[in-house]
Amino acid sequence: MGTDIPLVWYLVTALFMFVMGGIGVVVRRNPVVVFMCIELMLNATNLTFLAFARYQIASAQTPEAALQAAMSGQMMVIFVMAVAAAEVAVGLGIIMAIFRLKNEAGLDDMSTMRG
Amino acid sequence: MSYQPIPTIDWWAIAPVSIVMVTGIVALLIEMFRPNRNNNTIVAVSLVGLFLAGLSVVPQFSMPFGSSFGGMVVRDYLGLVLQLLLITVCFVAFLFSEPYLREKRIAFAEFYQLALWASAGGMIMVTTENLLMFFLGLEVLGIALYCLTGMCRQELRSEESAMKYFLLGAFGTAFVLMGIAYLYGPTGSLRIDAVSIAVASDQPHFVLMALFGFGLLLVGLCFKSALVPFHQWTPDVYQGAPTNVTAFMASTSKIAAIGALIRVLAAGAPLVSYWFPIMFWVAILSMVVGNFAALVQKDVKRTLGYSSVANGGYMLVAVLAHVQAPEKVSLASTLFFITGYGVMTMGAFAVVSLAARDGKEGTRFQDLHGLWHRAPFAAGCLILFVASLIGVPPTVGFFGKMFIFNDALAAGLLPLALVLAVTSVVSAYYYLGIIQAVFVQEEGAVKNESGRPQAGLNLAVLLCALAIFGISLGAENVLKFMAPAEDGRQPVAERTVAQR
Amino acid sequence: MASEFLPILVLMTVSAVICAAMVTLSWVLGPKKTTPYKSSPYECGVAPQGDAKERFPIKFYLVAILFVLFDIEVVFLWSWITVFKDAPLDFKLFSGAVVGVYMILWIIGDAYVMKIGALDWDEATSLAPEKLLADAEAARAALPAPVPVRQGGL
Repeated sequence: MGTDIPLVWYLVTALFMFVMGGIGVVVRRNPVVVFMCIELMLNATNLTFLAFARYQIASAQTPEAALQAAMSGQMMVIFVMAVAAAEVAVGLGIIMAIFRLKNEAGLDDMSTMRG
Repeated sequence: MSYQPIPTIDWWAIAPVSIVMVTGIVALLIEMFRPNRNNNTIVAVSLVGLFLAGLSVVPQFSMPFGSSFGGMVVRDYLGLVLQLLLITVCFVAFLFSEPYLREKRIAFAEFYQLALWASAGGMIMVTTENLLMFFLGLEVLGIALYCLTGMCRQELRSEESAMKYFLLGAFGTAFVLMGIAYLYGPTGSLRIDAVSIAVASDQPHFVLMALFGFGLLLVGLCFKSALVPFHQWTPDVYQGAPTNVTAFMASTSKIAAIGALIRVLAAGAPLVSYWFPIMFWVAILSMVVGNFAALVQKDVKRTLGYSSVANGGYMLVAVLAHVQAPEKVSLASTLFFITGYGVMTMGAFAVVSLAARDGKEGTRFQDLHGLWHRAPFAAGCLILFVASLIGVPPTVGFFGKMFIFNDALAAGLLPLALVLAVTSVVSAYYYLGIIQAVFVQEEGAVKNESGRPQAGLNLAVLLCALAIFGISLGAENVLKFMAPAEDGRQPVAERTVAQR
Repeated sequence: MASEFLPILVLMTVSAVICAAMVTLSWVLGPKKTTPYKSSPYECGVAPQGDAKERFPIKFYLVAILFVLFDIEVVFLWSWITVFKDAPLDFKLFSGAVVGVYMILWIIGDAYVMKIGALDWDEATSLAPEKLLADAEAARAALPAPVPVRQGGL
């Protein structure tokens, strides 16, 4: 394990991606770009999960337990990917539906509802 | 490489969720071949499926409690009661949806399927102790609701609200996931009690990571259950979504999110000193902001949206009282209040859905004018639902708030109890506005002018009204039922009855 | 620790410097004579016609979305296959049954997509107006034609 990149580096990278994505969601005004930022956040969590899963092997008591622990993290990543794909499909569908109704889809124009 | 032994399958534990899911798939197959060219078959099949699912929950109350599938499915009172409630809510929503969809000309075939799957997602959320299953339930519920919100595709505000709901929901999901990642990291476990494992490990940086993860998880859950700093999407989404979807969403997502919040907060007990003050203020802000913002609304659905934020605050008070003094306060009053909330919200939105006429729907207060003449029965029941939402004494809303008030006092949370009482009084103002709008005369209002069958809606409203009467009359028994002796705690009913 | 990554850092720096140098030097040193012919998008071939921001059929978009959705199913199968090879028999049978259920669900979804005509590239009739009203004739009369919203579409 000596030559491995330390866990913290992965975590810092992932957190950086997560924060960038979060800032993007708040700052950007195009729904597709906002959605890309959310995907960036989800990918940051995937990176975190995988890094943690890899380092379970170093920290667990027995190899068996380490394998079990690592597997749950990896499964989580696969499920996150699947769910993210479903979200992409739904999100792009909604964006298209708005586009059909008014030929543009900026978030600033979404002010039909007030109160 | 070692292989786990093949698990023994507890069919009963997964029966309700499976039945609801399979019903959705059967409904999809019917839709595919569309024998009668209308939705009646689908509605019938869905109602039968939901009834069967409800039947499969009931015998589980007498089965041994505990978890199966390695903690992925858990059987306890909280889960069973909430599952039953979710099934009932979905059932009632289906009863009045078909006339509404036709009246509003919403040409969307997959409403029933998506609603069934959303219910199943909620049912997964409230019966699991595994964070992976929790996440899946959350997303199945969430993604189905995004689609349903944007169901009315000829109406811009429906699409806009779907967009807002989707973006903010996905944003919340990212926080939930990051939280789960940091709970998983130090412990290697996806179980919900990873917090206590991390704290027990006695390594400072593990505790710090768990704290960070738990905080993110709470942020995500507050997004989902519309508690105050993260509630901005609620009024817009409630207003924009088709009314039957709003009804379904208001009850289902609230029930599921609060159910999950109960489990997460209970699991977070080792870190209670960190998050308790924050959640304390979240509860206060939810009650205050929800009720005061509702005062100035001009749209019924928006008002009810803010009212749902406030109700989330009330539920959080009950949960906090339970976490603060688990030996004195059981979860019974929380469950009681959630049950009442689900029923009365469902009923209120069902009546509001009558505002849809001939493909158009206005939901401002003046659009409800004349409802008394057009649909006397439904309008009459609306009084009952609103009275219950206010908390007028003999209704379920009153008992629910009173039980929570007593719980908060018993747990020594006097400020929360006071805020609850005061904001409840404030809320009477805007709720009465709804009733007033219903009774204002409208020129030329004719009884049931469109001549559409209202039997389904009347049945739905009648069921909700009967449930409110039933729960109110047997309030103590219901409460006793929800605080079982197996819990090892004093049933809360005896205490509250004695205090009264 | 850090010294192990020093060569990578050096490599990245050198490549960045070389790239930057190529771009800036050619920009600084190169002669700048522009002719209309030179500034056209393509120096050879047919002259471009029309607007670049042309709208193209929505069908592409729909196929792309469906691809994203159905593409992901392989992830689960792939992770299953990696452990399937050396597993004991009872595990093979059990996991096979589970994956069977999973595949049936995908096939139903796929069949639904095809049945409602989401993949038909000619004008598909996916929404029955009869869905809205019990009386089919009244439904056709009541609905504006053509129906702006189509089931299965976006």
